[in-house]
Amino acid sequence: MTEADRLRYDVLVIGAGPAGLACALTLKREKPELSVAVLEKAASLGAHSLSGAVIEPAWVDRLLPGWRDDPLDIQVPVSRDRFAWLSHGRAFRLPTPPQMHNAGNWIVSLGALVRRLGAAAESAGVEIFPGFAATQPLWDRAGALAGVRVGDLGRTREGAPGPNFSPGVEVRAGVTVLAEGCRGSLSRTLIRHFGLDQGKSPQTYALGLKELWQLPPGRTVPGSVLHTVGWPLPTDLYGGGFVYHLDRDRLAIGFVVGLDYEDPDFSPFEAFQQFKHHPGLVGLFEGGEILSAGARTLIEGGYPALPTLEMPGGLLVGDAAGTLNVPKIKGVHMALGSGIRAALHLIQNGGPEGFDQNFRHSEAGRELWRVRNIRPGFRAGLWVGLANAAVETVTGGRVPWTLTNADDWRSLKPRGPVPRPHRRYRTRILPPADRLAFVDLAALHHEENQPVHLQVADPALCVSQCSARFGNPCTRFCPAGVYEIVTDAGGSRLQINAANCVHCKACDIKDPYELITWVPPEGGSGPNYANL
Amino acid sequence: MAPMKILVAAKRVVDYSVRVRLTPDRTGIASDGVKMSVNPFDEIALEEALRIRERGEATQVVVATVGPPEAESQIRSLLAMGADRGIHVETGRETAPLEVAHVLFRLVQEIGPGLVILGKQAIDDDCGQTGPMLAALWDRPQATYVSKLTLSEGRVQAVREVDHGLETVELVLPAVITTDLRLNTPRFIKMPDIMKARQKPLEKRPFDGFGLDLPRLTVEAYLPPPEREAGLRLESVAELVTRLHDRGVL
Ligand SMILES: Cc1cc2nc3c(=O)[nH]c(=O)nc-3n(C[C@H](O)[C@H](O)[C@H](O)COP(=O)(O)OP(=O)(O)OC[C@H]3O[C@@H](n4cnc5c(N)ncnc54)[C@H](O)[C@@H]3O)c2cc1C
Ligand code: SF4
Repeated sequence: MTEADRLRYDVLVIGAGPAGLACALTLKREKPELSVAVLEKAASLGAHSLSGAVIEPAWVDRLLPGWRDDPLDIQVPVSRDRFAWLSHGRAFRLPTPPQMHNAGNWIVSLGALVRRLGAAAESAGVEIFPGFAATQPLWDRAGALAGVRVGDLGRTREGAPGPNFSPGVEVRAGVTVLAEGCRGSLSRTLIRHFGLDQGKSPQTYALGLKELWQLPPGRTVPGSVLHTVGWPLPTDLYGGGFVYHLDRDRLAIGFVVGLDYEDPDFSPFEAFQQFKHHPGLVGLFEGGEILSAGARTLIEGGYPALPTLEMPGGLLVGDAAGTLNVPKIKGVHMALGSGIRAALHLIQNGGPEGFDQNFRHSEAGRELWRVRNIRPGFRAGLWVGLANAAVETVTGGRVPWTLTNADDWRSLKPRGPVPRPHRRYRTRILPPADRLAFVDLAALHHEENQPVHLQVADPALCVSQCSARFGNPCTRFCPAGVYEIVTDAGGSRLQINAANCVHCKACDIKDPYELITWVPPEGGSGPNYANL
Repeated sequence: MAPMKILVAAKRVVDYSVRVRLTPDRTGIASDGVKMSVNPFDEIALEEALRIRERGEATQVVVATVGPPEAESQIRSLLAMGADRGIHVETGRETAPLEVAHVLFRLVQEIGPGLVILGKQAIDDDCGQTGPMLAALWDRPQATYVSKLTLSEGRVQAVREVDHGLETVELVLPAVITTDLRLNTPRFIKMPDIMKARQKPLEKRPFDGFGLDLPRLTVEAYLPPPEREAGLRLESVAELVTRLHDRGVL
């Protein structure tokens, strides 16, 4: 590697989500002499961003003064807020839990917000590199994090350099800020390496799927927000749906399921599609068209699972750390807030030391602490969970206990003993017909001839053990249909359709043998979401 | 041989991985949040120009685009790929191939390139006219759909992909070439080159400054292709026979 192939910055941010961009923008605004760069694996800014998103706007006001007058592609004030429990055939309105009140909040597209933040950061002098994924940490002599290696481009499937091979560069930095979002691959390596999760509760996750629709005129009530629990999920499964009415006859619909579910035959994709066919919703969609669709995991461990946020040479911000507020199902304001706080901390202290305590004692840290017991309460089922949530909310979290989580990959029960739930699913009429049609709406780009980025430690075990015990749940939990068991003359084996991967990271979390590791494919691979 | 310049023309288009949709009022293509890229054939054009320069057969590669202000990001990526300088002719509206050909012709007269390389067509409107129109205005030879290119002594040998196979032609320079997919595979952009590209000269000119007054096409309407009825999956031959009977085919 020649000198010209090495890059060096004062601060290097991994991931151009709200957390990373808020951090980079604040650094450059407050201290313009710092050199700041951001690496993003998506081919363009916002292309891997998927969220609800009803957001609390205070940090956006601070970062992007005047944004309210120059609307993003999707930007609608919340006008109405509903919460409902669905039965198979009906919807019952419940009082909206206090955390889910959305007066003063906005429905936006996270992708559009990210593009706007990126433009602001670039004009402040931040160097942003879309299409480049950070794959490995670099160390200094003392063992501190000293930057990252960017992934190679142009390797063949077997791993050999292809005709256009372009080796990844080393990017060195005084401080590396990890802002990879939920289940960041590099963040995980570093959390393990430095033992940042020692003494913390295990992390837990959920999987969210979403579609953006263009509907026939007159069906939407712009700004209307609906959250649901209940059907098609059984009460022991934590999750629910969201329906956000946008302007210009557009509508966002999504479904989130806790990845601590037990039934190996459960399919999050099917549950989402069923949700759309509830009699109270299905009529909205007939004659409409899906503009974009995709899936992404959410991090739900909250305060008890929050790792130590600092390490020698680096910091964790946003959902790479796990700052999402679960009862509110809001992570954008926390991501922005933690990014800004990290920037100010670096400027004041010159390094990461002390950031963990700084964050925990901030308003955002206290916000997370107050709601720490609400999500774990739902492990006892929907109704106990709701009751526990009410107690925790009334007491402001000042109860003398902290409930803990368990690892999601451990929660699956073997196929035999669990009685097959009676699901009463409906015959579907709305698109997408199947997961292939679903990923088609994610506008995927993925060079087929590159090493498979879903690394399975022991593929033989999939057919020798998992098939019999769990029936290969990866073939159902992956929202993109990446995993298939194929049987041919040579017997059964796991086939990985890596080019369909939408980078949600569910397989890295849920596979019951912890065999699957998601690593970044070639920079620029993956979905190209339009305003999700 | 006198030092030769190459002009490459490139267009900002909806990325090929995106399924193109109409706006709800059907007056145009929906572009909200949609990924935009350099037309892939134009990347091939630039790659070929860079290889010629790297072989020492040309001294400078200029890349030009006619497009909206946002097309700056596409021209920056072409500079990062290796073009020496860029010209961005800015306009807020759609331009027709004839208009672009006239703009390019003016640039050709200013720059005096030995070769102009363009994509064989843009993947958005698939017109495939800009190159040939430029050659006609300039009154120089052209080779379209080129999959192999060799330069020697003031001439260029080009292998063309045509309906009945391959055709080899030889043109006297200066000439116009349009590229086929098979010509080459464009290189990846390197991070350090993105930074260097920020320092490279990029000249912006208003489209209106060219004072073109050409007949313009008006678009009456955009329509999506008619939807195909979904196929049926049948369980048995017997079922097939029944179905065909039902439809009165048998
Ligand atoms: C279905 C769903 C609904 C949600 N609804 C809401 C809501 O209504 N309101 C709300 O406030 N929040 C909501 N959230 C949560 C919110 O989206 C997240 O909390 C927030 O996006 C976290 O921001 P972040 O910057 O930490 O991470 P992200 O937004 O995930 O951004 C991380 C970025 O880093 C990039 N990246 C990752 N790894 C690498 C690497 N190795 N190299 C280079 N780049 C990398 C990714 O491509 C991505 O662009 C929702 C989330 C989901 C999935
Ligand atoms: S392969 Fe894994 S990361 Fe990719 S879409 Fe499927 S579950 Fe998500």
